[in-house]
Amino acid sequence: MNHFLSTEDTTREELTELLDDADSFVEVLDRPIPKVPALRGKTVATMFFEPSTRTKLSFEKAAKALSADIMSFSPSTSSLSKGESLKDTVLTVQAMGTDAMVVRHKATGAPWRVAEWVDQPVLNAGDGAHQHPTQALLDALTIRQRFGTLDGLRIGIVGDIRHSRVARSDVFAFNTLGAEVTMVAPKTLLPTQTDGWPAKASEDLDEVLTELDVVYLLRVQAERGGASVFPSLSEYTTRYGMTVQRFSRLKPDTVVLHPGPMNRGVEIAAEVADDDRSLILEQVANGVAVRMAVLFRLLGGEHDE
Amino acid sequence: MSDLVLTGGSVLTEDGVVESDVLISDGTIVEIGINLAADTIIECDGAWVGPGFVDLHTHLREPGEEWKEDISSGSAAAAAGGYTAIVAMPNTDPAVDAGHLAMFIVDRGRSTGLVDVRPAGAVSMGRHGEQLAHLDELWEAGVRVFTDDGDAVADAGLMRQAMDYLATRGGVIAQHAVDPGLAAAGQIHEGAVSSLLGMSAIPAEAEEIIIARDLRLAELTGARYHVQHLSTAGGVEMIAAAKTRGLEVTAEVTPHHLAFDDSMVATTDPAYKVMPPLRSIEHMDALRAGLRDGTIDAVATDHAPHAAHDKDVPFEHAANGITGLEWAAAVVNTVAPLDPVSFYTRMAVAPAAIAGTPDHGRWVAVGNPAHLAVFDPAHEWVPERTVSRSSNTPYFGMALQGRVVATVYRGAITARDGSPAAVALTS
Repeated sequence: MNHFLSTEDTTREELTELLDDADSFVEVLDRPIPKVPALRGKTVATMFFEPSTRTKLSFEKAAKALSADIMSFSPSTSSLSKGESLKDTVLTVQAMGTDAMVVRHKATGAPWRVAEWVDQPVLNAGDGAHQHPTQALLDALTIRQRFGTLDGLRIGIVGDIRHSRVARSDVFAFNTLGAEVTMVAPKTLLPTQTDGWPAKASEDLDEVLTELDVVYLLRVQAERGGASVFPSLSEYTTRYGMTVQRFSRLKPDTVVLHPGPMNRGVEIAAEVADDDRSLILEQVANGVAVRMAVLFRLLGGEHDE
Repeated sequence: MSDLVLTGGSVLTEDGVVESDVLISDGTIVEIGINLAADTIIECDGAWVGPGFVDLHTHLREPGEEWKEDISSGSAAAAAGGYTAIVAMPNTDPAVDAGHLAMFIVDRGRSTGLVDVRPAGAVSMGRHGEQLAHLDELWEAGVRVFTDDGDAVADAGLMRQAMDYLATRGGVIAQHAVDPGLAAAGQIHEGAVSSLLGMSAIPAEAEEIIIARDLRLAELTGARYHVQHLSTAGGVEMIAAAKTRGLEVTAEVTPHHLAFDDSMVATTDPAYKVMPPLRSIEHMDALRAGLRDGTIDAVATDHAPHAAHDKDVPFEHAANGITGLEWAAAVVNTVAPLDPVSFYTRMAVAPAAIAGTPDHGRWVAVGNPAHLAVFDPAHEWVPERTVSRSSNTPYFGMALQGRVVATVYRGAITARDGSPAAVALTS
């Protein structure tokens, strides 16, 4: 593995090894001094060309827990405002001496371009509506911690799949790890075509609800206005929201995940969000561990102790 | 002794293909026969000798973006590719919406002297799609093809006005057929590939809707209508039906829409970013079939030079277009091979009729102006360099079959073996 860009082409073995490593980093993060010297002397650049809070903080915490140094980039304070190209920006940062680059960009495929330009590992922290592979890892880890395996699980991904890089990453990762995935959304939020997607599609949440072991709720992008893709937020909530009533119809051990940030009262009721079968905060905690695993896999080795 | 003889080729005449020599003197074909001699000899054994190619769709970037290409460098690329006439698209800066601008391009083409450069004129002022361009002035300056290429003439009312205005004269309205509302911010073809990439996409219907509308307007006005860079199966069907109904309708296809489908953009490589986008394999197959059966009249390059920095960016920020003049004939011969008569019909005869260039696209005959392309359909080669000012092409490194052995323009050799004449003549 030279880069970590997508879950589309990762094998079951690669994903499983990363999750196994992440399990051991979960243990590290529980120690009184939650830090190992694995990447001492290495520098990780976090290059977020699109605003982010949780993913950027999570990567930086992961790098620090491995004793790496961090160089942090954010577009508002950068030469981007002076018209510098993406290529020149990443080559400039690399020339300062970095060992890996974490890239988020709103343009689809931007991390692939960066990987062509630089001569160090690139981690995709989200490109357009395309891929966000470390999110899929943390979701898979969270599910595996609860069920022991993803093999044979029925996982429903509910919401704006068409515009979601989380969904694109999760569908492939969950399927590769043995789960059966159903995408649930109104037609306007399902992929325009499902050829090549290893998942079923449904427009009726209530029909599939009681079969599911995991309900993965996607964020409704309320800032998109909704208007052109569904009639109103309340209609969305009525048909696709995880209301208290729907939650009560789930199998007793079914869990609820959400990538955050949540719209309480839209795609998820507040009571559900705060229930202990909602694993949303576990997901956040696991994010640090899986990002440690990926950084360690791409940069580790000689500093292994 | 005469100037130039092409020996041993298969010559494309009005009466079919004949093994013959072709003698050229003072810019004119003077004899077709055997054992002809001249000061300069080009051996054409195994090659086709036919009318010089005519490109309906070239972006020369002059005036306004000369760092990408200019009329001189673009003419050299055209000559290297077997072309003797090219139609320059009007989406320059400024747009060619008035007579003096068209005359400037004609003059620059003449002083370069490698191909006939025929300007297309804009349909609307500034290509803004609001008010008719100076169509009379453009016509008087020699413009025969009118297009807002780069953008569609989206407004049906404006399209009807342009058609009405030009119908009597016989000017061709050429349309970059894409509905801007349906295309929106689309980057690639809407299909399985765009679905997995999550990228904004353009459905085939964005092209088909405009063609359907325009065909009704062409019927209403009696205008000559031409579809540029046709990319959809539905478009091919509608053109075929319109021809059956007797409308004066024509269509072109680019080498890249014949060669590639949208699987090429799955890695978001900006080299394959073009407009209209590369479509799915079903559409590509329909285009190949349409070219074969003549529904599609012409191959047109949509040669679109861009600077390296316009492509060395993420896909969504990259410029649309690829260069293609130098290897268009080879690409067509590789991916959609045709018999020699059909090949020269699509590359020269039909596009010359659409472009309104009567000296070009004529089957080889004594007395005709000597505008010729000698093409060896069996020669295998790999493009590695270009005489264009830009290198935004996916064809470098691609194995191609078929090569332009020589280009003859006004009786003079303008290119040999894919290189412009200045290089060839010194050897």
